[in-house]
Amino acid sequence: MSGREYRLTREGWGRALVKLGHENPNVVVLVGDLASSTMVDLFAREFPERFIECGIAEQNMATIAAGLSLVGKIPFFATYGAFASCRAADQLRVAICYSNLNVKIGGAHGGISVGPDGATHQAMEEIAIMRSLPNMKMIIPADYYETFKATGAAAEISGPVYIRFGREKVPVVTDENTPFIFGKANIMRDGGDVAIIACGVMVHEALAAAEDLARSGIEARVINMHTLKPLDEDCIIKAARECGAIVTAEEHQIYGGLGSAVAQVVAREYPVPMDYVAVMDRFGESGKPDELLTAFGLRSGDIIRKVGGVINMKSGRD
Amino acid sequence: MPRLFYPVDKLKEKALFIRRDIITMLIQAQSGHSGGPLSCADFCAALAFYEANYDPMNPAWPERDIWFFSIGHVTPVHYSMLAEAGFFPLRDLMNFRQFGGHCQGHPSKLDTPGVEVSSGSLGQGLSVAVGAALGSRMDRHQRRIYCIMGDGEQQEGSIWEAAMAAAHYKLDNLCAIVDFNKAQIDGFVENVMGIEPLADKYRAFNWYVVEIDGHDMDSIVEAFERARALKGRPTVILAHTIMGKGVSFMEDKPEWHGKPPSPEQGRQALQELGTTWEEWSARLDNG
Ligand SMILES: Cc1ncc(C[n+]2csc(CCOP(=O)(O)OP(=O)(O)O)c2C)c(N)n1
Repeated sequence: MSGREYRLTREGWGRALVKLGHENPNVVVLVGDLASSTMVDLFAREFPERFIECGIAEQNMATIAAGLSLVGKIPFFATYGAFASCRAADQLRVAICYSNLNVKIGGAHGGISVGPDGATHQAMEEIAIMRSLPNMKMIIPADYYETFKATGAAAEISGPVYIRFGREKVPVVTDENTPFIFGKANIMRDGGDVAIIACGVMVHEALAAAEDLARSGIEARVINMHTLKPLDEDCIIKAARECGAIVTAEEHQIYGGLGSAVAQVVAREYPVPMDYVAVMDRFGESGKPDELLTAFGLRSGDIIRKVGGVINMKSGRD
Repeated sequence: MPRLFYPVDKLKEKALFIRRDIITMLIQAQSGHSGGPLSCADFCAALAFYEANYDPMNPAWPERDIWFFSIGHVTPVHYSMLAEAGFFPLRDLMNFRQFGGHCQGHPSKLDTPGVEVSSGSLGQGLSVAVGAALGSRMDRHQRRIYCIMGDGEQQEGSIWEAAMAAAHYKLDNLCAIVDFNKAQIDGFVENVMGIEPLADKYRAFNWYVVEIDGHDMDSIVEAFERARALKGRPTVILAHTIMGKGVSFMEDKPEWHGKPPSPEQGRQALQELGTTWEEWSARLDNG
């Protein structure tokens, strides 16, 4: 994979906000003392009159965004995902989701790959929380370009949307022209032996796993499930039918994440052997991003091992 | 629609009607909060029939003022005020807290016309008000934002995040009202978790503070006018009230925070408010 481009997902968010700012005078951006790490400083420089610094008060920021939407603004607020999803969860639930307000949430620093800051800053519960809130929608883009497109798409959707992005530069797996349709998964590689359904940085690991698997004659379908809610159920059912085995991969807790969501659909519609690559119900810790992805079992090798398992189960049943 | 500017005697009559609605709704539902709604009735009547600008036929009218309750649980006064103002028929009040009715136990924006934002988890409203006030100012819109809070609710930390932000951004289009009735669920506020000196706290946060007798209609109207005239700071009206105001056996009794009167007690309450169950439930049924 030498020569691959690495870029920040959060830069995709930051640049998309600037573009949206030019396109729509109602777009407003809020931040809680994290302007440069969430890269909303790009917006602040261009549109200072539409930028609201909220200080270190995430509950207040989330609900200020709710109030802005009442008067016709399209507020995007940014903080670390740990605080956007947990500190402000009650505000998301009552003021924003129960009212179905047009508030967009940028949860930065999602996943174990956040690295040295350790467990407090490695948000790994957002899928569980966002998927359980009625009216909430959620996107976890895989790379810079997809984050850029997802941010633009969020502005077009009415109602609350949560977008998760990471801290580190991650391999670019799409390009400017890759279509992004909210709610519709992207098949990044076709194959009929097993489906790997991934989101975020794990899409890259899934692609790497598929390349290795191909060398040993296993053709894996790699599905980029960038929209976590609403889930592209058709794509999942099709994968279950056509591949007969599924492994999910996510940088999130095992309970309530992408794997749980996919399993719910598979169990109801077309049960096939499944396994999960996820964080096994434990808090993160400090370390280098690469080191942590390996230590927490979130590597292409881990995906390959689980693929072996589900394929065995599948053939055992034949 | 222009502001209504009802004279004080008409506002007092509206407040009385609202109190009768509250008791009637509570008798009918046999569920819900009595104390807070009754203490809020006077300033709510003034807000709807003197102060605020809105169009009940078009709740999303862009020119409207925005008012809402951070204390979601006082829905009896909230819904009565909306129905008396014409947002929906009075008869809907008789379905308060009933399955299939739109008058949910706590306010639901998507269900009830005139509810600006869902609430019921205490401590969120002032932040919503800050957002609405900031957004209005960005548009150089003249609208005013009103947020009704409880005194027990002042114990929520997020209120003070919002108080800080409102003053930081000098939101003079924002007027908060505290229903300062001294009572909450577990007893008197001063015993549960004291909030005094509340006026000094808001002053220290750079707010303009108006302290009034929250049952004196002249003072309420004057307080709204003073808030409107003030530039450069948000205003909080500390409305000193009595929990359960207007019903002798409820007055100043924290145990009336969250329960309805029994039908017997309700009849007595309505009598004290100068009507009967027969008369007032018929008015709501037919309204
Ligand atoms: C966040 C939150 N915590 C607890 C409650 C339960 N609760 C409902 S009303 C109330 C007391 C509110 O006291 P106050 O603001 O004084 O209102 P009043 O009793 O005067 O109606 C409590 C604790 C709640 N609704 N929200």
